[in-house]
Amino acid sequence: MLLEVKDLRKSFATSEGPLSVLRGVSFELDHGESLALTGESGSGKSTLLHLIAGLDAPDSGQIRVAGQDMAGAGDAARARLRREVVGLVFQQFNLIGSLTVAGNLAFQARLAGRHDPALVDDLAARLGLSGLMTRYPEQLSGGQQQRVAIGRALAVRPVLVLADEPTGNLDEATGDAVLDLLLDGVAQAGAGLVLVTHSPRLAARCARRVHLGSGRLAA
Amino acid sequence: MKPGVALVALLSWWRRTPLQLAMLLLGLALATALWSGVQAINAEARASYARAAQMLGQGDLTRLVDPTGGRISQQVFAELRAAGWAVSPILEGHLRLGDQRFRLIGVDPPSLPPEAGFGEFPTGGAAMLMAMAPPEVLFGAPDTLGQVPPDLEVPLGLELREAPALAPGVLVADIRIARQLLGAPGEISYFLLAPEQPEGRAPLDEAAPRLREAAPEGGAELARLTDSFHLNLTAFGLLAFAVGLFIVHAAIGLAFEQRRSMFRTLRALGLTAGALIALLMAELLVLALVAGVVGVALGYVIAAALMPDVAATLSGLYGATLPGTLALRPEWWLSGMAIALLGTLAAGARGLWRIYRLPLLAPAQPRAWARASERALMAQGAVALALLALAVMLGVWGGGLVAGFAMLAAFLLAAALALPVVLSGALALAARRVRGVMGEWFLADTRQQLPGLSLALMALMLALAANIGVSTMVSSFRLTFTGWLDQRLAAELYVTARSEAEAEDLRAWLAPRADAVLPVWRFDTDVAGEPTTLYGVADHATYRDHWPLLQTLPEAWDAVAAGEAVMINEQLSRRAGLRPGDAVELPGGWRGQVAGVYSDYGNPTGQVMLGIDDFLALYPEVPRREHAVRVAPERAADLARDLQDTFSLPDQNVTDQAEAKAASLRIFERTFAVTGALNLLTLGVATVALLASLVTLSGMRLPQLAPVWAMGLTRARLAQLELARMLMLAALTAIAALPVGLGLAWVLLAVINVDAFGWRLPMHLFPADWLRLGLMALLAAGLAAAWPVRRLARMAPGDLLRVFASER
Ligand SMILES: Nc1ncnc2c1ncn2[C@@H]1O[C@H](COP(=O)(O)OP(=O)(O)OP(=O)(O)O)[C@@H](O)[C@H]1O
Ligand SMILES: [Mg+2]
Repeated sequence: MLLEVKDLRKSFATSEGPLSVLRGVSFELDHGESLALTGESGSGKSTLLHLIAGLDAPDSGQIRVAGQDMAGAGDAARARLRREVVGLVFQQFNLIGSLTVAGNLAFQARLAGRHDPALVDDLAARLGLSGLMTRYPEQLSGGQQQRVAIGRALAVRPVLVLADEPTGNLDEATGDAVLDLLLDGVAQAGAGLVLVTHSPRLAARCARRVHLGSGRLAA
Repeated sequence: MKPGVALVALLSWWRRTPLQLAMLLLGLALATALWSGVQAINAEARASYARAAQMLGQGDLTRLVDPTGGRISQQVFAELRAAGWAVSPILEGHLRLGDQRFRLIGVDPPSLPPEAGFGEFPTGGAAMLMAMAPPEVLFGAPDTLGQVPPDLEVPLGLELREAPALAPGVLVADIRIARQLLGAPGEISYFLLAPEQPEGRAPLDEAAPRLREAAPEGGAELARLTDSFHLNLTAFGLLAFAVGLFIVHAAIGLAFEQRRSMFRTLRALGLTAGALIALLMAELLVLALVAGVVGVALGYVIAAALMPDVAATLSGLYGATLPGTLALRPEWWLSGMAIALLGTLAAGARGLWRIYRLPLLAPAQPRAWARASERALMAQGAVALALLALAVMLGVWGGGLVAGFAMLAAFLLAAALALPVVLSGALALAARRVRGVMGEWFLADTRQQLPGLSLALMALMLALAANIGVSTMVSSFRLTFTGWLDQRLAAELYVTARSEAEAEDLRAWLAPRADAVLPVWRFDTDVAGEPTTLYGVADHATYRDHWPLLQTLPEAWDAVAAGEAVMINEQLSRRAGLRPGDAVELPGGWRGQVAGVYSDYGNPTGQVMLGIDDFLALYPEVPRREHAVRVAPERAADLARDLQDTFSLPDQNVTDQAEAKAASLRIFERTFAVTGALNLLTLGVATVALLASLVTLSGMRLPQLAPVWAMGLTRARLAQLELARMLMLAALTAIAALPVGLGLAWVLLAVINVDAFGWRLPMHLFPADWLRLGLMALLAAGLAAAWPVRRLARMAPGDLLRVFASER
């Protein structure tokens, strides 16, 4: 099993007392599988994704990514797992402003110590970025930026790709095109994908769909 | 939209960023404090010179003096009066009470003109004051009287009475009392001329042929001499203020930048651009007022702490007496407030202008404000080059102290402007060599941060350069000065007799016991229009072997001994344009040649050394009480003790070489204590500038750091890198500051000093000092970065994650 999430709980301290966002979330994902995660705004989709990615620690519960414990690991171990097994795509501000497109594409792969220039070139060509390699993020359109983010996530050869509304800031046509590229890339790499989205239309393109409500998952 | 509502919205932003507000206020307050502190010292000194000048109408009453500088006899007074002149005799001298020296002025109350006032003394004049008092009274300002040891038995059983308007260090007495105290029976130093002279009086040639009229002087002379010192202080105050303005500029600029979207919203809601600017000006004004008040108060504290050293310096270097305490003067706290307000407006002007031109529609992309535009950097570099050229031109063609300081200002500004260009270049160069993803990112990110940090880094560089420059100057000076003292103070003992008779006995007693007894007999006068002291010099190896000559003709000492030539000091040589070989004429009619020029540090006036025989022939009246005694060094202490026992001479009349050197060095160290303190304060201000910029930037940095964190770097590692970045920038800045500081030192030594003091010093290099300062720069950067870095290391993941959330 690529990803195992068991009885995950997370609450935040707020001025009105603790806010319980996840109240026992469990699911599994296999290699090559794609899962769409939907839910109302504020239901905790992003929170769940961040916990899986090791960006934050849960209050309780288990997360195993490629057989490695993510939930119980310390800061440094989680950082290593992020670097090596996870590809992340956020809604915005994915890129490093001081690096060019080429630098961004290769960044995580080089951090992880598995940079493959041929793969980067291939990804750039497939994502239509070949002519933009020397540009800086601020000189790109929103759709171009998201394509770079996808390329960067795939360049590290991740086993698990986590995408949080990657097309949320894009118009429908551009968003569809970007999602196509993401799904293609994930399929080619044989990685698992968790895609957070509001759109039932986009969710329909994933192999499985789950809905988050009241802190729990429903099919 | 109501302006009040908008103002609340604008101000609410500061409530959410209290730290940034604190930094802005602190920067402005510190800048104002240094500036107004220096101003406070200058104002106090000026007021004190003015008081000194007011003494006995020195400021505006003409005097009758003996042009040879000798005392005048009581007989002349009677003759002048008989000839119909309205004059009043004054006797001046130095009086020692306990271990303090005072300037004693003896006046003749019945003849004293009412214009010869005691400053603001309420009874309207010295005449009234003295006429009302019994003769057995010594008047002095409360400060001055406070220096008289309380257990001291005042000579002649005199009563000490307070006269607050008197200048510090001055005692006033009836002339009869003064004559007794100074041991000068029947003597007069000069006459004050009443402004209204009776008609039909005999011309001066007949009434008193030996006397000449002398223009009023005193305070003006002192002010001229000390000008350079005050200009120095002012320059430092300005530098500190400029450094402070960098902080304010950075803080205001960032505060405007961060509120762009708020401004846009306000404008979209119907606030006109003019109203928005007016509101922001009002906001700045409030900030400036708060910071100004704090700054002026702080400035007072700084000035009060520095005042004793300044007073000691001025009395040591120029003989100007200052009170060691500070009065609150409206002129300086008003000027402190004004400079705080003006500075804030100047620092905010560019930001205000940009907001005035702010387009209503936000561009589609968030503005990458931090990206350095190559073209802006090029323009900045060009301005720096132009300023450098200006500095060189001022150096080549300019003259005088003001041109010197203008040159310094242009040079420092050029260096500051060039710094970001140089740093950016250095980083670009390093980026080409570095391998590895972290290194590349680190350098690229540092380069991107530069524009946000460059103002603070400029401030740091200016502070470091000032430190290097001034400490190089002071250390060079110290090295030269100690070497010079060894030469100048070659004699083992310096002995001063209390009277001419005692001096004669001393010479007779010493002759068989010492290797040589050399006269130190002087005569104060003007040579080539410059105030100058003439010395009679014996033909002795002490001078031939040790005297610190800068330029000399061959066989110079022979020529001096033969009465054909004189030695002059560097000050006189520079001011009067006299070089070895030039002809020179002395008062009294002596003519001859300049044989050599010697260095004479720490002395404001000119000096001439003349063969002793000619000297005595020209000025037979000079006091002959001081002597330099040569004796084998191991016997010096015994001889001094014998001498004191035999003649029961007081301690201060016998000085050994070590004491004389120590005293000179003490004056020297105190002179530069003030500069040292200001130096350190400037560095402190620069540290605050860095801290302010880092705190402000740290909030804006998250979008750049969050992706790197998400891709697999821990917060701790990121924090380490942030710290390393600051240390690297500080180190580069310190390296860049080195040549700037050395340039500054050169200008100070070769241009400013020559104009201000009349002597030029060789420049020495002190690499150990540079290392120490480099470490201090790293420490400053480390301290400034510590807090933001710590905050990053402990930042909640949620705060970093917010960057990616749509709510931004
Ligand atoms: N760091 C935090 N501190 C306090 N509350 C938080 C924090 N992060 C998230 N929350 C709260 O947790 C809840 C879930 O947030 P989350 O971002 O996971 O929702 P979401 O499903 O991704 O919503 P959206 O569809 O709008 O992106 C929200 O109510 C949010 O306010
Ligand atoms: Mg979300």
